[in-house]
Amino acid sequence: MAEKKRYNMRISGLGGQGVVTTAHILGSCMDNAGKYASLVPFFGSEKRMAPVEAYVRASTDPIYEVGEVVYPDIILIYHAQVVTHGKSYTMPFYTGLKPDSLVIINTSTDVLEEEDLIVLKDLNAKVIQFDATALAMKIAGTELATNMAMMGMLLGLTKLVTEDDIEKAVRERFLGNSFVASGGTAALDSAIEKKFKKKEDLLAKNMEVINSTFEMADSVDMTTDDLVIQFKV
Amino acid sequence: MSPNVKPKLNKKQVDINYLLKEAPREQHFITGAQAMSEAVKRASVDMAIAYPITPQSEVMHLVGNVYAEGHIKEYYRAEEELGTMSAIAGASRAGVRLFTATSGPGLLRGLEAIVSWPGHRVPAVLGVLTRVINAPLSIQPDNLEMAYIMHSGMVLLHAENQQDTFDFTLAAFAIAEKVDVYIPVAVATEGFFVTHAKGYVDMMSEDLTLTEFDPVAAPVPAMDNETPPARIQRDAPVQKSNFMSYLIHSVWQQEIWDSNRRAMKYIYEYLGGPIEVQNPEADVFVVASGCAAAQAREAHRYAQEEGLSVGLIKVRAIRPFPTQEIRDATANAKALIIPEHNIIGWLCKEVQAAIPNGGIVVEGPRVYGGMTLPVELIMKEIYDSLGVENNLKL
Repeated sequence: MAEKKRYNMRISGLGGQGVVTTAHILGSCMDNAGKYASLVPFFGSEKRMAPVEAYVRASTDPIYEVGEVVYPDIILIYHAQVVTHGKSYTMPFYTGLKPDSLVIINTSTDVLEEEDLIVLKDLNAKVIQFDATALAMKIAGTELATNMAMMGMLLGLTKLVTEDDIEKAVRERFLGNSFVASGGTAALDSAIEKKFKKKEDLLAKNMEVINSTFEMADSVDMTTDDLVIQFKV
Repeated sequence: MSPNVKPKLNKKQVDINYLLKEAPREQHFITGAQAMSEAVKRASVDMAIAYPITPQSEVMHLVGNVYAEGHIKEYYRAEEELGTMSAIAGASRAGVRLFTATSGPGLLRGLEAIVSWPGHRVPAVLGVLTRVINAPLSIQPDNLEMAYIMHSGMVLLHAENQQDTFDFTLAAFAIAEKVDVYIPVAVATEGFFVTHAKGYVDMMSEDLTLTEFDPVAAPVPAMDNETPPARIQRDAPVQKSNFMSYLIHSVWQQEIWDSNRRAMKYIYEYLGGPIEVQNPEADVFVVASGCAAAQAREAHRYAQEEGLSVGLIKVRAIRPFPTQEIRDATANAKALIIPEHNIIGWLCKEVQAAIPNGGIVVEGPRVYGGMTLPVELIMKEIYDSLGVENNLKL
């Protein structure tokens, strides 16, 4: 995927994985970088493992349009079951994907079927598959950092913002009290805080996960004709 | 001491031109619902009456806060919308400035009273936060309900975003109360897309407020409730002969629609005119109002980046409709694309009726039920109109 001025993203995952939180942090990252973003969280029912979608528009220019992203350039899939079990509001998972676009899937196995590959090849898409949950466990010791791994991979590949912009946004999210995504999410945050004792620890671990995905992203050659790139974690 | 005692505020009254055009402004990042209530806060509103319905409830909740802070004299929740809108008409006879808002089914429930406001010369401001009105039930921002207001005699403005919602609402109070207008003004915008989403809004200090309503200067005198004019009821046109009834009604309604047309000069004065035109020399125009204009603005930008001959016409005023302005702006156009958030295409029909060559109008794209209007659908019509190859793969 060539670099663009504007990315319209769809993030599909399951309740509890930090889909909406990612959207908010991505928005703050863009703001910190002096760029523009708009977010549309589509919660669905707020419960663990239920389908959740959020939409983010990120741009170097002001954004006028509103509403859900129906035709994304980038799709982030936070859970293999979004693909394999159809746990999503958009089925199949690549519905609406634009030509020359990017899909990042959190999975431990190759979840793409033969017919998926035909469509994605026709769209000249690039699919990155890696086990973001395993990476989060390995580095941060909690699967709750999965969203950091996914966001790190996205920002590492698109180079939308710098690591400083990200750190500032993550710091705002976990150390500031500027917003609450939902009551459930706030409770989850305080559970994470207890687990890490200190918030600074949490921040450092999150940043470590992000840095690690940045290194993985640097090793990706976006100009190859390979449709699928699979990482071992 | 009563718990309802409100703080006394020391606000500076200024005229609408200073308030809208000269007063220094600061940028805020707020929702459309906040933008509407912030406008109400600066409008010296005497009384607000409403009945809650999603997505309007966000606006009227915030207006309730504005009341509690002391910016509004009276505020109450009516029994339902017909009661709300009837109470607005009644309160108006006492000679006060009024605000209410509603959405979709609430608007239709109150419509019997609302369509009587222009004839009764009620200069109230009505916020319309659009919502699906037809079955299956939905709370999403389809704007079909606006078609019902278009033929009521009211002035109808359609806001694209949070900034428009703020500016249009403030201007609406001034326009409604002009002696040569003196009919209600509706400010419509899409629910959720605008009311519940944040955008940048430049606002003047809340220490400033619009000059208070002056019932003595009003062309329709306030009712003297010490000596109520009982003859108003006894001499109702319906109780005269049929011919008197026809005559009174016809001259009366002609005057209402003349008043509606006379609002146009104030739409120029306060809002810069009923339409905004970008790239006036273009071959193809996207013509849109409200939230669809935001999607159209995005499509226009993409088209500019691709070097396509595409312009944008944003329609701010649906009533009075800018017939001549649209005719002039599209005189050399080869195609007009009209994206809308409703199934009937009311803007499309208005534009077709306004221009001599209605065949150039592309009827759509339209989305219904309040779904998102993807910019890609507008781009597809642009490519098709210009005969340009594309790789959209929609």
